[in-house]
Amino acid sequence: MAIVVWWLVRPTLNVAPWMPQRPIEIARGDGALSMLPVQVGLGVFLAVATSLFALLISAYHMRMMEEDWTNLALPRVLWLNTVVLILASIAMQWTVVAARRGRMDDVRKGLIAGGVFSFAFLAGQLWAWQQLNASGHFTAANPAYAFFLLLTTLHGIHLLGGLWVWARTTVRAFRVVEVGKVRLSVELCTVYWHFLFLVWAVLFAVLLHSHR
Amino acid sequence: MTYVAHDESDFAPPMEVEEPELYHPKTFIGKYIWSQDAKVIAVQYSITAISVGLVALVLSGIMRLQLGFPHVFSFITPSTYLQYVTMHGMIMVIYLLTALFLGGFGNYLIPLMVGARDMVFPYVNMVSYWVYLFAVLLLMASFFVPGGPTGAGWTLYPPQAILDGTPGASWGIILMLISLAFFIIGFTMGGLNYVVTVLQARTRGMTMMRLPLTVWGIFMATILALLAFPALFVSAIMMTLDQALGTSFFMPALVSKGQQLAYNGGSPILFQHLFWFFGHPEVYIVALPAFGIVSDLISVNARKNIFGYRMMVWAILAIGGLSFMVWAHHMYVSGMNPYFGFFFATTTLIIAVPTALKVYNWVLTLWRGDIHLTVPMLFAIGFVFTFINGGLTGLFLGNVPVDIPLSGTMFVVAHFHMVMAVSPILVVFGAIYHWYPKVTGRMLNDTMGKFHFWVTFLGTYAIYYPMHYLGFLGVPRRYYALGNTVFIPESAHRLNEAITIAALIVGAVQIVFIYNLIWSYFHGKPSGGNPWRATTLEWQTPQTPPKHGNFGPELPVVYRWAYDYSVPGASEDFIPQNQPPAKKAKGLEAAPDVSELGPQAAAAATTPKPAGGHS
Repeated sequence: MAIVVWWLVRPTLNVAPWMPQRPIEIARGDGALSMLPVQVGLGVFLAVATSLFALLISAYHMRMMEEDWTNLALPRVLWLNTVVLILASIAMQWTVVAARRGRMDDVRKGLIAGGVFSFAFLAGQLWAWQQLNASGHFTAANPAYAFFLLLTTLHGIHLLGGLWVWARTTVRAFRVVEVGKVRLSVELCTVYWHFLFLVWAVLFAVLLHSHR
Repeated sequence: MTYVAHDESDFAPPMEVEEPELYHPKTFIGKYIWSQDAKVIAVQYSITAISVGLVALVLSGIMRLQLGFPHVFSFITPSTYLQYVTMHGMIMVIYLLTALFLGGFGNYLIPLMVGARDMVFPYVNMVSYWVYLFAVLLLMASFFVPGGPTGAGWTLYPPQAILDGTPGASWGIILMLISLAFFIIGFTMGGLNYVVTVLQARTRGMTMMRLPLTVWGIFMATILALLAFPALFVSAIMMTLDQALGTSFFMPALVSKGQQLAYNGGSPILFQHLFWFFGHPEVYIVALPAFGIVSDLISVNARKNIFGYRMMVWAILAIGGLSFMVWAHHMYVSGMNPYFGFFFATTTLIIAVPTALKVYNWVLTLWRGDIHLTVPMLFAIGFVFTFINGGLTGLFLGNVPVDIPLSGTMFVVAHFHMVMAVSPILVVFGAIYHWYPKVTGRMLNDTMGKFHFWVTFLGTYAIYYPMHYLGFLGVPRRYYALGNTVFIPESAHRLNEAITIAALIVGAVQIVFIYNLIWSYFHGKPSGGNPWRATTLEWQTPQTPPKHGNFGPELPVVYRWAYDYSVPGASEDFIPQNQPPAKKAKGLEAAPDVSELGPQAAAAATTPKPAGGHS
């Protein structure tokens, strides 16, 4: 919040808007960003999602301090899922590079690969839930299990939202020939994928190290 | 797509981005139902918010009947009383005030005031309204489910919120929480629009520091909403899981009706921290747009620039930033560490400084202004009165030792109604009287407006001012009946009766306002494009009401700030933002027309400048 306030205050200093008009020698930095609105929109949404996950992690830490905390043995498939999500991010980044170089075939392949890895990640998460459930030790009353479900569900829902945009982008990529028509969507999707990977990395680290 | 070229291009930077293509609907449904036009979406938000607000007003009337005349109305049981308290509070704070200020006024005014044709993401904007409507319908559905709506108080504190014994502990609370979650999703979509439109879609020449304070207020409130609502979202989801799946996020080990429940180890305090981390910024999400709108109403109707525009902007930013650091002043009596209390009391007192600064600046704007006591101006001045009153009682409550005896009493109820209910609602009324001519092309009836103002203003004082004294006596809040409590004298019961009568009168008089809105739509005096002779861009549209695209074939270019009123030497007592400066003389550097300047600037302009230097 302090950063947001400071960034907004900057263009208000040394400005006298009531002064009469002069020919403009306007420099950038009057509060606008040299980005397209949809890029700014994604940035703002990422700030909201960061707030959401940061609050969840704070709540997790507060809850972990209670006496009844039992550590959760994380299913090993989560490590595989992490690798799969890294591959999804790599695939999306490769797609961006292909888009910048104008190679539509590679864009299509990259999008498909990114989607496949992402769906594989979601399937792996469901498998992890299944494993925990089958172990029988964990019920909804167990706080570690409850938090694990909550954190992974919210992350998964965000990924599903991204996959909806991915699907629209992929359909368009197969319909059009010109790379320029999908380049922005691909770039935005890739930023989002990297963000979701970072969120997962932090969540996974928190889950791994939450031992009292 | 239209490229805007302009003769005065020296005075405003060229357009950097092509105008986006607007969606042009062809059918009635596309234009007025599934509309992507922010103006239509604004009206949709406003009608929905006001409708659900009227429901909450009726609920408050029923609550007051119970408090004023206990044992008279048998249909008001303890359960229904608590349910109405809860629904009234939640509807008013979230579904009326937040939705109306951001969704209603934000959608209508932001594109017009920044000089844009529409919001930057019109489709997402449209979806945001329908998600909001869905959230409202879910909440209203809780009246009809087994057990009725939740009676946990708008603060929904666990563990009671989901335990038997609290009304609506099964279906009611679930619907409330899911409704809140959808509301937040919808508002994230809307909030993205408001923020990105203000940042990226301003027209040529519209710098951030030429924005009207209305836009600054709504803009900052949206940023607060985007960052604070996740806390409510998280707590709503966690409480839903506690209720539905038996998790223990907030539920400690406890015995209910003789039975040990399966919960264990959850923290009710965690909920309070999460809730109030949202809840305090929420009150500023309501207050900041009101502050911004009041600044513009006072300025227009005093024919004077807002005093200290830069400080007003900084105060809005400071209040927004500080609002995230005061939340636990709602938790002084929760048993938390007293040193936390000292910290939050300090930050609470600090946040009073920029708030008070704004009040001083409003008063200084009025000082020696050419005051026109129009209906919007009456409401704006009424806001200043009531906000000062309510804000001062907030200072009482912000101090820990004073809050301890007053917490949970009617003093708190009086305080937050003054600052959240009376003041912002006066601004809502003032804003509607002010902008109704732009939305409909007709003026609201003046006589009805003045009647509405005086009864509302004096009536709300009659309701809430005496209520502070009930709080001093120790009369508790959220109590169905006081009974023969020894420390509550007979006079307190008489006072409750008087407050109830005032409340019912004020509630009933709102019908005059609703009637005025409808009557004036058909019979009101045609307003013309700029009946208030205001400077801001929304009054400079070629058509009133503005058509799709807002500004006709060419977007306006802005040359000045939003407050050029009564500029000495100018031919009119206002200069619109898009009025170009005087043409420059041939061969000479642009010499500003001193007739348009203020006295200091005129002196500066006529002072010889050093050769080769910048002035």
